[in-house]
Amino acid sequence: MASEQFLADYLPILVFLVIAAGLSCLMIVASLIVGKQRPDKEKLSAYECGFDAFDDARSKFDVRFYLVSILFIIFDLEIAFLFPWAVALKEIGAFGFWSMMAFLGVLTVGFIYEWKKGALEWE
Amino acid sequence: MMPVFSWASLSPALPELFLVMLGMVMVLAGLSQSEGAARSLCRVAIGGFALALMMLLGVNWDSAPVMNGMFVMDHFAGFMKLLILLGLMAAVALSVRYLEQEEIDRFEYPILIVFAGLGMMLMVSAHNLLAMYVGLELQSLSLYVLAAFRRNHSKSSEAGMKYFVLGALASGMLLFGASLVYGYTGALGFDAISHALAGGKAGAGLVIGLVFLLVGLAFKVSAVPFHMWTPDVYEGAPTSVTALFAIVPKIAAMGLLMRLLTEPFGSIMPEWQQVVWVLSLASMAVGAFAGLVQNNIKRLLAYSSIGNMGYALVGVAAGTASGMGAVILYLAIYMIMAAGTFGIVLSMRRGGRAYEDIEDLSGLSRTNPLMAWTLAFLMFSMSGIPPLAGFFGKLFIFQAAIASQFYVLAVLGVLCSVVAAYYYLRVIKVMFFDDPLDALDSDLGFSLRAVVFLSIAFVLFFIFSPDTLVETSRNAAAALFAG
Repeated sequence: MASEQFLADYLPILVFLVIAAGLSCLMIVASLIVGKQRPDKEKLSAYECGFDAFDDARSKFDVRFYLVSILFIIFDLEIAFLFPWAVALKEIGAFGFWSMMAFLGVLTVGFIYEWKKGALEWE
Repeated sequence: MMPVFSWASLSPALPELFLVMLGMVMVLAGLSQSEGAARSLCRVAIGGFALALMMLLGVNWDSAPVMNGMFVMDHFAGFMKLLILLGLMAAVALSVRYLEQEEIDRFEYPILIVFAGLGMMLMVSAHNLLAMYVGLELQSLSLYVLAAFRRNHSKSSEAGMKYFVLGALASGMLLFGASLVYGYTGALGFDAISHALAGGKAGAGLVIGLVFLLVGLAFKVSAVPFHMWTPDVYEGAPTSVTALFAIVPKIAAMGLLMRLLTEPFGSIMPEWQQVVWVLSLASMAVGAFAGLVQNNIKRLLAYSSIGNMGYALVGVAAGTASGMGAVILYLAIYMIMAAGTFGIVLSMRRGGRAYEDIEDLSGLSRTNPLMAWTLAFLMFSMSGIPPLAGFFGKLFIFQAAIASQFYVLAVLGVLCSVVAAYYYLRVIKVMFFDDPLDALDSDLGFSLRAVVFLSIAFVLFFIFSPDTLVETSRNAAAALFAG
């Protein structure tokens, strides 16, 4: 493959980057110019999902949060794989179907392990 | 269009597929059984590895790509997998009793070893950068957890944490290297990369990518200067896990390194030879000199393993089929010696407590002469004293280095091995000439005795029929250069 052609294949990504940068700059500048500015302390503080943004990072919190978030990520990923699989099912045929079944089987075993270990019990 | 798929085409991966199923069945079995699950699952794991070994011997070892070239089965992969499975069996056999003595007999232990083993087998069969990464991560993630397996013990948690953080960094570097290689060659498959590099000319970007790949793998084989984690992890991890670390993962990582350097990057050998040269010399030197001041036997063996990987890298640097063959032979011999040595380290207990310092072996020749002589022969073999197996490993390595005109490396390597001999001999001196301490506990398990017996028998009698192993490792290495 000639390297020119190789780079040309990435042109849509470049276009996308330019549009993304342009659009976000436009939005920020427009809101500075057009919008009414009435700042207060809460509005100016950084939003960091409930935690103080400039606190000691080594604070304690319950390990169960991690378990729940890991569970969430696992099933989120599962969905992310299921969508393209479902769309392409016609082309990938029986092999594709059974590959996904094997993947789901592995996830289910992991889920059973987590359930039995009591990771889902909050109290 | 998808190529036509048939189940028969998956058959070269049969041992791996079996281990996947075994691991998952073990998870479910462990959950449904409450008491003594660890012990029975350890037995299941050993049996499973033995079955996988038989399947491995049953499948065709002639070069066969599987799953669109993601996975390849050839004589090299076959022999490496054979070693890996034997090492895993030894590692599990050594752990059974230790887990109960230390009260860490949770059923996840053998399951994690099965999954780590699966990752290692995928590593030596990987034929694509993605497959390589998946195998490497499967192995590493299982090993991180195993290092921290005694979770209520600060040193073990520390070991797991250090191993995880540094390992993740190394994986990141490896991925970065892989992405550069992909960027500059436009390919992920080993065949396609080697095709793209066929002219033997590589741009700076590609070489940087290659160096990052090497950094990631040098971390996994604990080559200096990426060895910092090794002594701490070896010391902190439960001893049975340390034994596993010393016996098996290095074989897989070294196998992956050899395949990666010879197959996709074979045509730009001078580019990586100098990197491997430096890694090798630094590992031999640090392994030899830093080992001199260690008192903890697990730390000592960590430096010993760093040094040994340095010797193995000498053969890789040589870059020839005979060099790679020598590396495979060296790894096999090292694995067997390490298994025996860790068997003895695991039996260093008095009154149910584990001891880990070299001084704790004082006067062992009088309280337990059989164990003292066994360890003495293993140490002689590790330092490379002639009639024992360890000597032949080093001999073939240095022979290959000389044949490829790496005279400086070979001479410095021999000098390092002389320095390293000091700490092996020190262990022997402590056992034979120091005042005896109380006798060690004598109730060793059958499986531990068996592993140590097989190991010492191999070390002593290798000289009588070295041909089989030497020939097999040569054939295995030849497969790397066939394509």
